[in-house]
Amino acid sequence: MSTLIAPAEVELEQPSPDEAWQEERPWVVIVWNDPINLMSYVTLVFQKLFGYSLQQATKLMLQVHNEGKAVVSSGNREKSELDVSRLHAHGLWATMQQD
Amino acid sequence: MFLPRQIRRKGDRVRLNLDAHEQALLRELLDELEPLLAEPDDPSLRRLFPPAYSDEPSDDQYRSLVRDQLVRGRARSLATIRDTLGNDEIDLEQADEWLRALNDLRLVLGTRLEVTEDLDYESIDLDTPRGRDLAVYGYLAWLQEQLVDALQPASGR
Repeated sequence: MSTLIAPAEVELEQPSPDEAWQEERPWVVIVWNDPINLMSYVTLVFQKLFGYSLQQATKLMLQVHNEGKAVVSSGNREKSELDVSRLHAHGLWATMQQD
Repeated sequence: MFLPRQIRRKGDRVRLNLDAHEQALLRELLDELEPLLAEPDDPSLRRLFPPAYSDEPSDDQYRSLVRDQLVRGRARSLATIRDTLGNDEIDLEQADEWLRALNDLRLVLGTRLEVTEDLDYESIDLDTPRGRDLAVYGYLAWLQEQLVDALQPASGR
């Protein structure tokens, strides 16, 4: 093994461990409480978009209502963006961020 | 007071029973919102197009990707209500468009009226313009609740 090859060049081509970790961290989709959307409607949207049972969807809706927000899905950036856009199409106040 | 249901599930159809006044009211609301969709940056539409990201560059990118699609979807839902207002029944797909369009109407009206969770329908003063708008807002919620009921996966079986 030679020590004559400059390691600095190799390092430059790779993302720093910090950036790589940033890329891999999953994204979460958050639904925020708002005074307009009906509780029953929010529950139905969760069932329809994510396949939750009535019981699971109701629990999530109540979390949004009582705590102000809830994480409704997670995954990579593309999937989360799609989930957010479907929630926006249904008028829910959704945002996404890295966990 | 019990009001008869205007919307109910019947198998894989949804029955509608809106009288002439209700149809006229909905048509008026559609007339107002439809042209507004051409200006999605209008402040009263902010709840229809909320931000996805907290940082601006990412959010601008998101908007440029999905904005047109969201506008088209909303226009289609509003058009479905307009086309089927006088029907005795609609199919489940149309009912889903109705559900979203009613919600959009409430989001815009509720944003304009700055409603809060403490809204008390009992104290609405129908002699004021705001009171009348709140009554319309409440009517839309009542209609939407019936549609949610009709579209619950457990319904119609």
